[in-house]
Amino acid sequence: MSLDTTTLIAILAMAAVTYLTRIVGLFVADRLVLTGRAKAAFDAIPPAVLVAVIAPTALTTGWAEAIAAAITAVAAFRLPLLGTVAVGVVSVVVLRNVL
Amino acid sequence: MDQANPFVSTPRREVRAGLRDIAPVAVAALPIGLLFGAVAAAKGMSPLEVMLMSALVFAGGAQFAAIETWIQPAPILTLAFATLLINARHVLMGASLTPKVRMSRLQTLLAYFFLTDEAWALSERRALERPVTGAYWFAMAAVLWANWTLSSTIGAILGSFLGDPERIGADFAFTALFIGLVAGFGRSRVTLVTVAASATVAALVHTFVGAPWHVASGALAGIAAAYLAAPEEARA
Repeated sequence: MSLDTTTLIAILAMAAVTYLTRIVGLFVADRLVLTGRAKAAFDAIPPAVLVAVIAPTALTTGWAEAIAAAITAVAAFRLPLLGTVAVGVVSVVVLRNVL
Repeated sequence: MDQANPFVSTPRREVRAGLRDIAPVAVAALPIGLLFGAVAAAKGMSPLEVMLMSALVFAGGAQFAAIETWIQPAPILTLAFATLLINARHVLMGASLTPKVRMSRLQTLLAYFFLTDEAWALSERRALERPVTGAYWFAMAAVLWANWTLSSTIGAILGSFLGDPERIGADFAFTALFIGLVAGFGRSRVTLVTVAASATVAALVHTFVGAPWHVASGALAGIAAAYLAAPEEARA
């Protein structure tokens, strides 16, 4: 069981930031009412971050990954989360073998 | 007697309601935790490091993002910034839930360590009928936290026997998972514009500037696009 110091610090930093986001709402409960464009921007944060993280793998690695990502996106609107993951993994394995 | 009256809450009844509500969520999260641990191990994290991350951070989305961009040594500031962006939604969730919980300030500070999308959604639903008690909340929290920490640690231990993740497509599992999560935000025009802007900018920045700058720049492009795409007249 190894524990890298830098990894530990990164984990603690992530934990501290996360806890902060969890308790800030407690102190602004009666003040934070977002509407209109500000609310749209705030609501867009999770999908914007998730897409930014995977864009290089999905779009610029190769045809197998790009096509598999497109197949997965179609499946994502029809299947539960684990089914979507299964479709994505199977597609990429098949496509890597045929392309 | 309290026991005879179904409308009076007892701690025991609250705990039971919490366990009943969280059970299906825990079952669904189990394989996700195993998957997280296995891919984290493939990226070079030890089972102990995986366990610490799951126990202390306890935020699936942020952990997935961290592992997807994981390099050695860990880029601390980049990870902290990505975590902040992904978890900023907690602020709104906490603000919305706070008037509905029946706990002291100190209890709430402890309780919100366990704030997750799932616990929040279930509590908001329960709050339609009755206040959210500490017994209800901590019953849910304990199950979800133990489930996530254990499943990801076991995944990390099993993952080290898995071998090359590319051979079985496991390296693509997160990409597929994220696509599934993004689909959960719907197909509104604003969401589609957000996704297109974020994907384009992130791919370009990754190609011409390099990791890890694609995460922050892509995310900010997506957020700006959502702001511009949203109807202006809705602004209060």
